[in-house]
Amino acid sequence: MTATKKDPVLVVLQLSGGNDALNTLVPHGDPLYYDNRPSVRVPEGQALDINGYVGLNPNMGPMKRLYDEGKMAIIQGVGYANPNRSHFRSMDIWHTCEPDKQGTEGWLGRAIREIDPNKENVLTGVNFGRGLPRALAAPGVPVASVGNLATYGVLTGIEADEQRTEALDIFSKMYSPTIGRSSVVDYLSQTGMDALKGADILSTAPEMYSSSVEYGDDVVAQYMKNIAQVHLAGFGTRILYTTAPYNSFDTHAGELAAHAKLWQNTSNAVGDFMDDLREHDASDNVTLLVFTEFGRRVHDNGSGTDHGSGGVAFVIGENVKGGLYGEYPSLEEDKLLEGDLHFNNDFRSIYTDLLENWMGMDAQPLVNGQFEKFNFV
Amino acid sequence: MPTNQEIAQMAHLMRRAGFGATYAELEQRAADGYEATVEELLNPTAQPDLEMDILERHFVDWREMNALEVNQAYWTYRMINTQRPLQEKVALFWHGILCTGNSKCEHGRQIQLQLDMFRELGMGNFDILLKGLSRDPAMVFYLDNCMSHKGSINENWGRELLELFAMGVGMDGHANYSEDDVKEAARAFTGWTITNAIPRYPYGRYESGFIYNPYDHDEEDKTFLGETGNFNGDDIVEIICRQPSAARFVSRHLYNFFVADEVQVPAWQNTPPRDPEAIALLEQTYFDSGYNLTAMLRVLFNSDFFKNARFEKVKSPTEVVIGTMRLVQDFTAPKLGLQPLANTIRYMGQDLMNPPTVEGWHTGAEWIDSGTLVERINFAADQVGNTSLPGIQEIVSRLDSEQVTGPDAIVDRCLELVGAYELAPETRDQLVAYAGGNGAPAPGTPEYSEAIAQTLQLIVSTQEYQFA
Repeated sequence: MTATKKDPVLVVLQLSGGNDALNTLVPHGDPLYYDNRPSVRVPEGQALDINGYVGLNPNMGPMKRLYDEGKMAIIQGVGYANPNRSHFRSMDIWHTCEPDKQGTEGWLGRAIREIDPNKENVLTGVNFGRGLPRALAAPGVPVASVGNLATYGVLTGIEADEQRTEALDIFSKMYSPTIGRSSVVDYLSQTGMDALKGADILSTAPEMYSSSVEYGDDVVAQYMKNIAQVHLAGFGTRILYTTAPYNSFDTHAGELAAHAKLWQNTSNAVGDFMDDLREHDASDNVTLLVFTEFGRRVHDNGSGTDHGSGGVAFVIGENVKGGLYGEYPSLEEDKLLEGDLHFNNDFRSIYTDLLENWMGMDAQPLVNGQFEKFNFV
Repeated sequence: MPTNQEIAQMAHLMRRAGFGATYAELEQRAADGYEATVEELLNPTAQPDLEMDILERHFVDWREMNALEVNQAYWTYRMINTQRPLQEKVALFWHGILCTGNSKCEHGRQIQLQLDMFRELGMGNFDILLKGLSRDPAMVFYLDNCMSHKGSINENWGRELLELFAMGVGMDGHANYSEDDVKEAARAFTGWTITNAIPRYPYGRYESGFIYNPYDHDEEDKTFLGETGNFNGDDIVEIICRQPSAARFVSRHLYNFFVADEVQVPAWQNTPPRDPEAIALLEQTYFDSGYNLTAMLRVLFNSDFFKNARFEKVKSPTEVVIGTMRLVQDFTAPKLGLQPLANTIRYMGQDLMNPPTVEGWHTGAEWIDSGTLVERINFAADQVGNTSLPGIQEIVSRLDSEQVTGPDAIVDRCLELVGAYELAPETRDQLVAYAGGNGAPAPGTPEYSEAIAQTLQLIVSTQEYQFA
């Protein structure tokens, strides 16, 4: 595969459960950090220093490398007004861009509809995981949702190959459009054929793939590998999405050990993913967003941290202007919001940047408003 | 012996008034008679409730039942095994309309208690149900009535009560209420609140209780839907229930859930009902019976418009999963794997007790997209392809004893046994061709049961199986 002008691709990795921003981008130069975190902290001198004030969690080596290469933007103090500390609601807000009322359409669902209005490619958007995140949901927009790429497809429970081939053949005939039936049946036919087509194409990705990169065994690593496989297969997929296991970042207790492991895995997966794409000369048209629904309480609870606000997000890619964006929220008592970090930057600014500067789209209708960009791409 | 037509009619009734039934149950009920079965369904308390004691001993983490997932598993088990199918179906019906979501409540047990209220009041009088709902702690919290105070109202509950729970924005092209009515309703409900929340840590979550605070109740006159008085919440409910719009609202929802897919609720103001005569009959029954849901359901299930509406609804994810489990007869006793089973409903797009918004789920064709369709097909095909499950063994041994051979006969009999499904001729031809590919295994052989399981797998993969 050669580096020609290729359509921009957006990959999103969602860290579910509320990643602790303070122990991810550690304000190690601020004595208030150590005051607030008597137990649940990155010990002095261990953070991977960036500017003398903040540094990355020591388990984020591969991401620090990307930062040092100038390929990673760190957006500090991300959130939205009147932060909601419910996982579900806050994630919904990130997904739908509707902080004040409940929305049902996702920002990326809308983006996929914009990219491929005539549904010419059933794989314009692909999710890895069971069930579709609301970010990708929009009525009439087909998005393949893949639990396991190696076994993805229709009627996968039929084990004998010959039998399954025959069953799929019958399936495609049964779902072929016929005249004189109701519009609902027509819609089902179309959807069944889309699903079959998507599965047929996707199932070829693993066999087309070979790489010297060895990903970890954890779920995030395996799904990042799947994303690489689908990208490298050249199906024209523009938006790829995956999610860390449900609420895995919800570190109310035993945070130090759990959080270290989570970032080892996540950071390795991100590093491996970039190495993999580079090995195949296919990294130049990919940008990766890593986000979470909220940060955590400034003061620890002795063993972990409770739900807070003001999070940190990462944008990674060859075309990214690396560096720190936004201001680190103050840890001073009177600058906190009910014991949490104040957000300085609306999350929709990140989306706007990605949609306009990277994807070349008009962001306003997709994110429900006009937001200042960071211009990190 | 009931006729095929009687079996088909019974299969239809049991899919709609319950979650489907095995062929043996259909035969028994058809022999008892259609109207007798309707009466039995309408009197759920004549049947024993589920024996929960053994479940609680099996699933020790069910003791507190705080998490959403545990409650989803519990409800899944209930729907599979209940001997009061209509009671459970009605709870699901109201849950989709009188919505409360865990995304805000974050206390699954509290929502389960709301479902208990639907089980108890859901087939009684509509005004009593709404009075129960107005006092339900999960609802009071979900729609912020606890934040609504004398002199400083929060309109959320007042608005949704009118718009989404009892009247609808409008009908026959006109509005059903004004913005002032919303505010006046909210004023009447001031002081309807919940007991103070007990901090979650360190002892876990506590159930909330409803409490009426007379000091926070607005005692001034209110003018609501043209009537004036010092109304309290119950007065508002009674005024609402007298409105033609309430009759229309309940009738149209019953029709949409039990009879045939309607357009989505927001379109009801300007789109007339799919079957105006059916709605008129239900509205009449609403008033004649004093807003009684059992009376309305009796008229509905015994009507021709219901009997003629076979396969006019796209199954909800809950109906797909529970219906399939009742067919294969798995999870008839507590065992591991219940939680993953409950999760499949979520993967198909219906996160029970956590609807996307207070509007509930969009239904009909909107349940289906390429991701959820694959989940539906693969789930059902995996279940019916498992010849070790009692329900599948029952089907095989019945075909066996009837000495059914030849692809045409096998396909037709299988269709009857899974619930009298009807296929488009093109679809049936394909199934017969597929069954023919298995050669002609003799009854009683393992190849024979394999061939039947494979036929069943294709049957549940059809578009027709997605309809109830």
